[in-house]
Amino acid sequence: MSANLTGRARRFGDNVNTDYIITSTRKRETLDETELARYLFETLDPAFAASVRAGDIIVAGRNFGCGSAMEIAATVILAAGIKAVLASSFSRTFYRNAVNNGLLPLVCETSNINEGDTLTIRSEHGAMFVRNTVSGAVTVAAPLPPVMEAILSAGGLVGFVLHSGRPVDPSTR
Amino acid sequence: MSAGGRTISEKILSAKANRDARAGDVVTCTPDLILGTDASTPMAIDYFGRMGGTSVRDASHVMFACDHYAPPTSDRTRAFHALMRAFAKQHGIMMHEVGDGISFQIATEQGRALPGHLVIGADSHTVTCGALGLFATGVGSSDLAAALVTGTVWLRVPETIRVTLTGALRPGVMAKDLALHLVGMVGADGANYQTLEFHGPGVRTLSLDDRLVVCNLGVEMDAKASIFPFDATTEEYLAPRTRERGTSVMSDDDAAFAREILIDLSAVTPRIARPHAPDNVTPLASAIGTAVQMVFIGTCTGGRISDLHAALAVLESLGGKVAPGVQLVVTPASREVAERARADGTLDGLQRAGAIITETGCGACCGTSGVIPGNGATVVSTANRNFKARMGNATASIYLASPAACAAAAATGRIVEVA
Repeated sequence: MSANLTGRARRFGDNVNTDYIITSTRKRETLDETELARYLFETLDPAFAASVRAGDIIVAGRNFGCGSAMEIAATVILAAGIKAVLASSFSRTFYRNAVNNGLLPLVCETSNINEGDTLTIRSEHGAMFVRNTVSGAVTVAAPLPPVMEAILSAGGLVGFVLHSGRPVDPSTR
Repeated sequence: MSAGGRTISEKILSAKANRDARAGDVVTCTPDLILGTDASTPMAIDYFGRMGGTSVRDASHVMFACDHYAPPTSDRTRAFHALMRAFAKQHGIMMHEVGDGISFQIATEQGRALPGHLVIGADSHTVTCGALGLFATGVGSSDLAAALVTGTVWLRVPETIRVTLTGALRPGVMAKDLALHLVGMVGADGANYQTLEFHGPGVRTLSLDDRLVVCNLGVEMDAKASIFPFDATTEEYLAPRTRERGTSVMSDDDAAFAREILIDLSAVTPRIARPHAPDNVTPLASAIGTAVQMVFIGTCTGGRISDLHAALAVLESLGGKVAPGVQLVVTPASREVAERARADGTLDGLQRAGAIITETGCGACCGTSGVIPGNGATVVSTANRNFKARMGNATASIYLASPAACAAAAATGRIVEVA
């Protein structure tokens, strides 16, 4: 799995649940992610969606994506042009949904990253490095489990299932 | 960790993967039951097509339910149901319509989820089924789609937290209080990637409905699964529902547990989760006097028959009328619950007291069908989540409590002690 991303950090705190990413009430009206992206994080910050730039990187604390397993929470983030989420931990259903759609979830120390910092994410020698170009700090992200790396490398679960042409098998990594 | 005894999770996932699997191993399993709801299946049908899906691997293991948009209130939600109906018909999948109830509640009642089973559901609260001595976990729409295509799901075998229960709950203290107590103690991510496995002499004092409540709140601690062991209570629950008994799976005495938690049930007191997080738990006593405008009794946490019985008993003990200025909304979790509550007069009693009785399903819990709180309203609910805007209005403040505490609030217009 390789990555080479540069983007602006968008800060969130701990326990951001999937309803805060996109409300169930919005999702009831449409499954069009581009439309829903207008309401991204509206409960936490009504001005956020209008301020998103393609390439932004979400940076959160513990347990990002807790609550409902609704997958649209991952795909709406992608629809906003965001390709990676850094958090000190993820809730398991969001983590799975992110990987299954090609959204990169990286577990790393995030407490020293501020809103607006420019971050680069690069894979080198099999590890993921997050560099904060403002503070100069470099953090190594925790490696993804091999099965999830394989799914991400296939662009998501659709590509993985299409590619393997058989039951999802972690030994195909 | 290759030697030694095994936990319930290790045993069930080993059986479903057909190999000896231990915590940390990644295995490909064949679920006994795959659940989809109207909130997750429409997206799954899209993934199914993109995965090149032409047929469902084993439709007899799949069940769909229309529970989040029950009834549909827009062309859009009606179209979600139509899409599911057409897919279910094409592939021979059992489809439960609006009014049948919440997916995993139906699976529990109808003997589709049995001891020893692996259940995956595209609904985070699928963990509820673990009350029957099985491994049940939530997934998203793409994993649902992959399971439809392949008949399998990959899972990392979780570590297990052993929760040992002693004693018995005191009168006026409900399973919801125990569940909130545990959420408050473990925290919102305290069981992330792990299974909560319940043990000890206190287990037998809890009814099956009680166990469903405790397992349900497991996901509010991020638990991957939440499991009660099979016992006489499980057997009694299943006997009138199915001839199938499933397989009793117990953890070995020398199984390795990640953590131990001890709870003396007799020391548990009424609890309340304050806005806007399920783990923001305090003693109910600390919230006494808070004025409420809406009370919601329902959902996969608090919409079962024992919950409705408890609510009516408390309402009647406090004058039998909903307080002026309070809206009481009651939503049975399933058709079975609604029929029983209608037959024994509970629904009539609640309605006479001033409650609005709505169609079965998820109801007002996530703002997708049913009553939405007014601006600035304080709500007390039997549900499992009180995130800001959860019920469809970001200005409402939601408290989570037991059905008894909710009914007492409905009768008095305030959060009060439960007798």
